[in-house]
Amino acid sequence: MSNMPNPPATMLSISGVHTYYGNIEALKGIDVEVNHGEIVTLIGANGAGKTTLLMTVCGTPQAARGHITFEGKDITRMPTHEIVTKGIAQSPEGRRIFPGMTVFENIQMGAMSCDPEYFDQDYARVTELFPILKERQNQRAGTLSGGEQQMLAIGRAMMSRPRLLLLDEPSLGLAPLIVKQIFEVIAEINQTDHVTVMLVEQNAYHALKLAHRGYVLVNGKIAMSGPGNELLERPEIRAAYLEGGR
Amino acid sequence: MEYFIQQLINGVTLGSIYGLIAIGYTMVYGIIGMINFAHGDVFMIGAFISLIMFLVLGLIGITWIPFAILLVLIVTMILTSVYGWTVERLAYRPLRKSFRLAPLISAIGMSIFLQNYVQLLQGARVKPIQPIVEGGITLIQSDTFVVTISYLQIIIVLATFLLMSIFAYIISSTSLGRSQRACEQDQLMASLLGINVDRTISLTFVMGAALAAVASVLFVLYYGVIDFYIGFHAGIKAFTAAVLGGIGSLPGAMLGGLLIGLIETFWSAYFSIEYKDVAAFSILVLVLIFRPTGLLGKPEIEKV
Ligand SMILES: Nc1ncnc2c1ncn2[C@@H]1O[C@H](COP(=O)(O)OP(=O)(O)OP(=O)(O)O)[C@@H](O)[C@H]1O
Ligand SMILES: [Mg+2]
Repeated sequence: MSNMPNPPATMLSISGVHTYYGNIEALKGIDVEVNHGEIVTLIGANGAGKTTLLMTVCGTPQAARGHITFEGKDITRMPTHEIVTKGIAQSPEGRRIFPGMTVFENIQMGAMSCDPEYFDQDYARVTELFPILKERQNQRAGTLSGGEQQMLAIGRAMMSRPRLLLLDEPSLGLAPLIVKQIFEVIAEINQTDHVTVMLVEQNAYHALKLAHRGYVLVNGKIAMSGPGNELLERPEIRAAYLEGGR
Repeated sequence: MEYFIQQLINGVTLGSIYGLIAIGYTMVYGIIGMINFAHGDVFMIGAFISLIMFLVLGLIGITWIPFAILLVLIVTMILTSVYGWTVERLAYRPLRKSFRLAPLISAIGMSIFLQNYVQLLQGARVKPIQPIVEGGITLIQSDTFVVTISYLQIIIVLATFLLMSIFAYIISSTSLGRSQRACEQDQLMASLLGINVDRTISLTFVMGAALAAVASVLFVLYYGVIDFYIGFHAGIKAFTAAVLGGIGSLPGAMLGGLLIGLIETFWSAYFSIEYKDVAAFSILVLVLIFRPTGLLGKPEIEKV
């Protein structure tokens, strides 16, 4: 490959990826591209492989076949703890905050992989997005409410100054008002902080409204893809994922 | 009363040594949920290294005692840490993704190996050393009994206190300590945040071994005799201390160490020396019946 002076339009490229858990093939040849500055959403039924795809991008589990490149570098075989230093952060399924640590310590954990010089500035930004985190900074994270824990998980991910943010079902189990707030912050992070977002959601209506593009994952394969509002119009999507309103 | 105070001093001294070793058990358990049965033998290796170092320093004529002790401490900590690191690397890391019992069996094997290795290299006979730090302070003098605290006992208690403070600071307030606690709670998440989990686990073994090394130097100074079997004895006491205090808890390990030291000393002083181990283990059983997680152990990790 020749040297490219500008970053290529494609930020993350997943091509032909297969992932296994033992003998179970969870991803059966996935091709997904995420461009700089986009919000891309991934929707699909339970067990379709959405979480597996995000985790495979982070190298745990690693893809058995296929390639994942980020900003032109092949990261398929890179150890998980190095991938985050390349600029990818994840707020994983189930939030996985450290319950025994304080909110502030969780935030510090997020900044683990980057220069301490940025800490104050980044912390100020995260608490601007989620003021509640500042109020609760000395509280044990395990005692936060579900919505607050989700904000902490996103805030913690932001502390590593990612260029690509992977979000796995940030709206799960939250009240509609909090969901709205979280989605607003995702849009804000994308527009103001220029962070590219890959968003996994059950809440297909909100996700497709927000996203530039979307992919539909069925049984470990990409079944459909296209611009968010276009997917929203498709009758098969309406039937399968938007049944019963929003 | 004087007799009691004297035993208290002796018990705290012994308990400090147990506490230092117990931390190695508790930290490793905290981070990978495994009892490192070879930890007592790493302590024993430390004792041999320090004994040899003292003899060598004596031979080459370094006789200024504070300097000699400091030098022995540093060298023993470094070499013993290398052993601790190697044990993890060879015996546990390859089994990390295996079933739960595998590393435990490997640990017992490692323990037997280390004992035999030292026995082969150093012989099975008891190794004595001249007293190095002598003298003490008389605290109470009555007609019937003299209460003294030796300089060595002061050194042991102070060194333990100092190390524990440094250690508590590392765990609570440095990024290494935070990484260790993160790995304890959720290794996968820790790695997603850029923490090298394998390295953090290695460092935990190194820290545990370094503390055991300090304990071993103090042990050599205090008792003056060692053999290849001391790791088993001290190890099982320290392990008991860790469980008594609540395995996984650092203050618990220290508290447990002190309690075991005190129970043993008082039992020997007032009842019979033969049954001091029975006394220590009986207390353990009693505590575990009423508080299964140990004195300072966390009841249960909350569900999120
Ligand atoms: N650790 C694991 N071991 C074995 N199988 C797994 C494991 N994790 C996921 N799977 C399987 O892989 C498939 C994909 O799971 P995945 O968690 O990626 O689905 P998902 O799309 O995120 O579902 P959900 O919407 O319920 O979160 C499922 O069939 C699941 O049973
Ligand atoms: Mg999922």
